[in-house]
Amino acid sequence: MRATRRRIVDRVARALTLACTAAVLAPLVLIIGYLLAKGVTSINLDFFTQLPKPVGESGGGMANAIVGTLVLIGLACALGLPIGFGTGVFLAEYAHSRLVPTIRFCADVLNGVPSIVIGIYAYTLIVLPTKSFSAYAGGFALAVIMLPIVARTTEEMLRLVPANLREASLALGVPAWRTTMRVIIRTARGGIITGCMLAIARVAGETAPLLFTAFGNQFWHHGLGGPISSLPVQIYTYAISPFDDWHRQAWAGALVLLTLISATSLSVRLLTRGRFRTVR
Amino acid sequence: MRMVRGGLAALLLGLVFCGNAAAQMQLNGAGATFPYPMYSKWFNLYIQVDPDTRFNYQSIGSGGGIKQITEQTVDFGATDGPMSDEQLRAAPGRILHFPTVMGAVVVTYNAEGIATGLKLTPEAIAGIFLGKITKWNDPALAATNPGVTLPPRDIVVVHRSDGSGTSYIFTDYLSKVSREWNNKVGKGTSVNWPVGLGGKGNEGVTGLVKQTPFSLGYVELIYAQSNSLPFADVKNKTGAFVSPSLESVTAAAAAFADTMPDDFRVSITDAPGANAYPISGMTWLLVYEKQKDAEKGKKLVRFLDWMMHDGQQHAAVLHYAPLPAQVLAKEAVALRAVTGPDGAPLAGH
Amino acid sequence: MDSESLEAPWMAARPTVRSTVPRRRNVGDRVFRLLTASFGLTLLLVVASIFLVLCYQSRDAVRTFRWAFLTTSVWDPVAREFGALPLIYGTIVSSLLALAQAIPLSVGTALFLSELAPSWVRAPVSFLVELLATIPSVVYGLWGIFVLVPWMRSYIGPALSGTLGFLPMFSGPNYGVGMLTASMILAVMIVPYITSVAHEVFQAVPAAQREAALALGATRWEMIRLAVLPYGRTGVIGAVMLGLGRAIGETMAVTMVIGNRADVSLSVFAPASTMASVIANEFTEATYDLYLQALVEVGLVLLVVTVVVNVLARLLVWRVAAPAGGGH
Repeated sequence: MRATRRRIVDRVARALTLACTAAVLAPLVLIIGYLLAKGVTSINLDFFTQLPKPVGESGGGMANAIVGTLVLIGLACALGLPIGFGTGVFLAEYAHSRLVPTIRFCADVLNGVPSIVIGIYAYTLIVLPTKSFSAYAGGFALAVIMLPIVARTTEEMLRLVPANLREASLALGVPAWRTTMRVIIRTARGGIITGCMLAIARVAGETAPLLFTAFGNQFWHHGLGGPISSLPVQIYTYAISPFDDWHRQAWAGALVLLTLISATSLSVRLLTRGRFRTVR
Repeated sequence: MRMVRGGLAALLLGLVFCGNAAAQMQLNGAGATFPYPMYSKWFNLYIQVDPDTRFNYQSIGSGGGIKQITEQTVDFGATDGPMSDEQLRAAPGRILHFPTVMGAVVVTYNAEGIATGLKLTPEAIAGIFLGKITKWNDPALAATNPGVTLPPRDIVVVHRSDGSGTSYIFTDYLSKVSREWNNKVGKGTSVNWPVGLGGKGNEGVTGLVKQTPFSLGYVELIYAQSNSLPFADVKNKTGAFVSPSLESVTAAAAAFADTMPDDFRVSITDAPGANAYPISGMTWLLVYEKQKDAEKGKKLVRFLDWMMHDGQQHAAVLHYAPLPAQVLAKEAVALRAVTGPDGAPLAGH
Repeated sequence: MDSESLEAPWMAARPTVRSTVPRRRNVGDRVFRLLTASFGLTLLLVVASIFLVLCYQSRDAVRTFRWAFLTTSVWDPVAREFGALPLIYGTIVSSLLALAQAIPLSVGTALFLSELAPSWVRAPVSFLVELLATIPSVVYGLWGIFVLVPWMRSYIGPALSGTLGFLPMFSGPNYGVGMLTASMILAVMIVPYITSVAHEVFQAVPAAQREAALALGATRWEMIRLAVLPYGRTGVIGAVMLGLGRAIGETMAVTMVIGNRADVSLSVFAPASTMASVIANEFTEATYDLYLQALVEVGLVLLVVTVVVNVLARLLVWRVAAPAGGGH
């Protein structure tokens, strides 16, 4: 009797965890399903090659926003990757420095700072003094968001490199810094690149910090010192608008953005899978 | 690996510079959403007039237009509520108001069974936005709408969540017609709304009204029209119920055309005249009198000149009212005051 | 920087290596160390300057309103009164509601993944859960506006007020947009974070604990209840705190579905505002200085709250999942 009750409780609990999993995955299926259903029909050549049309006129595309997002990511990488990577190397290779715990703590703090707050920061630091919304300001904001992710993954990947590799290199008389560069970093390369790509995927969809840094532009951007359009901001603007045609384009834009992001994280995962195993 | 990296870098560089090649000069502006359909049409048309210049306009709200021109982060601002004396003083230079078009703020709604032309008194509108009239079948609405079946449902009030000139015009009107509103809420680009949901921009309010059954909000006429949303006739000063239209806005402006002050800062709500639509408003571009960049200033002045002549002809298509001739003549004079950094006037090519 | 700390960790850790390699202060080593240290210091500088910038930019608001900023509930730009209480309330309530939905789902999923799922299911399911974390906030918002809000208005809301309408929480008009809708979107957004950390925490439970329970004749569920859950409790709390940190700072999706009204209401159907959503809505358009400063102060409060929550979370997670100070 008691045994059956226990077995029933066990069954029920197992079924509940399964139900939880299903409930967690349901929104994913729904969101991707809706994106496909509503987005695919609006994706055509115009979407990738045309500028937005004036309000209320149908047609046009998001070419400037797609390019703008790529430019912003490029700027963010140019600034965020080297600093994040350098910080990661410092954290892993000089772990005994007194600075390390503080910097690591700061990286974790920065990782938790809401992106909208980083927007205020970039607005105050760049937009106000230069007196212009700009691609630079947007790229800067995204770079700040990237920093801690790149730094911490780099650190972790470097720590995974077996000590005997380092010892072998040093034993051959190679200076420590060259050992770090040529042996340690090279061995951990796959993992570090994965971390960087994941950071890129994270910032590619950021909207809040761009609202008052990169701003928006219904034309092509004119240099990097001026406002620039981006996919997330364009999706936001279109989504809250009343125009059906803009809604369609918002769905299409969201589909393109999500494809871009998941392709980045997915391809990296597949590409580096083999290498990871050899590292370990 | 190296090749991939090189290719990526080249691609990014290409992307950065293709933007430069596309336009030789770009002027940035931001502000009001009320005239946004008009401005985006104008700036698109203007490419044919001056192919080397692009006017990038972001409709972030009138409050934003005033703020960003004051901070000098944009080349021109736009607003539907004139800047206050205090705001003008806060700016680092003298800011001029240039009226562009006029429009109507309409009370739009989404209630099954109620077609366009619901008749609303000023008291009813104030009551709804004060949260005193909460049901569609309230006597205040029923009295002026015999024969319309009003549902016994709650009115979902929708207002702006951002700083807005449309809100300015609307609250300016309510402050004139309702003492209680004037005392409790007042007028401004953003006020402390007694009730309702907030939507961002005219776009956001229209979107919310469209998607929320039994809702009611206020937007610029074209936002209601282009979305086939019904809107109300409003009782004006003479007691007549007037439907918002190009003609009724023009009638409202006519009452003020002769008395237009030199800085163009005037409110045309609650205008006298039997045909005047009472919640009419004017919208302005904000421009520094002394431009810090002569080239950009010249382009801006040339655009304003085009806007006062050719531009006005495109207003009616989008249901905005063109400015009265007296106002345009006065504006042409004001435009001559705009100078470059050296103090030389920029008008008259 | 003192000279002892100039040594790389492996040198200190392995004296044998140190004794065989002639100790040379290579110029390259010094430069390299300085270079990477300067990158690290840049990060330090960024974090410090974020705090400084926010404090400086809100100084007048702080001076004008003092503590009343956090305790009064009128947010009225016309009257120049700024009380952030409704925003703080909106942030806290939406986040807690989101946690209430996300915790059972996440812990259930993490248990399924670590204890019950057959190995061929594990990898794809955890991949899909991670995919949920890569969806941008604005896409959640878009989906929220056009799919979840109409559902909320026509099905979920009426069902709740029909059955639980006697509670003040579920009374009042249901617009579709509002606190509950925002919390549902938030829940979906934080589930992947809580799930993956909780999964790691459960995996860190020593196999001996499980085996001991099973050897005593426990069923799977009893094993989870007796061995896994107690052992992982601290870590799960940490995971929940991490999720909470995310929820508090989340901006776009919330702004798009919460209804944007700075008001304290008991009903979960009522529209609300959060600290983040007010900044997103009003930051570019605050027309006078004090207004802008009040918004920056909201940002400062938001920053302090998220930092505290995140630091607590990390302390809890580290204690369990990664003793070496690693952890994802």
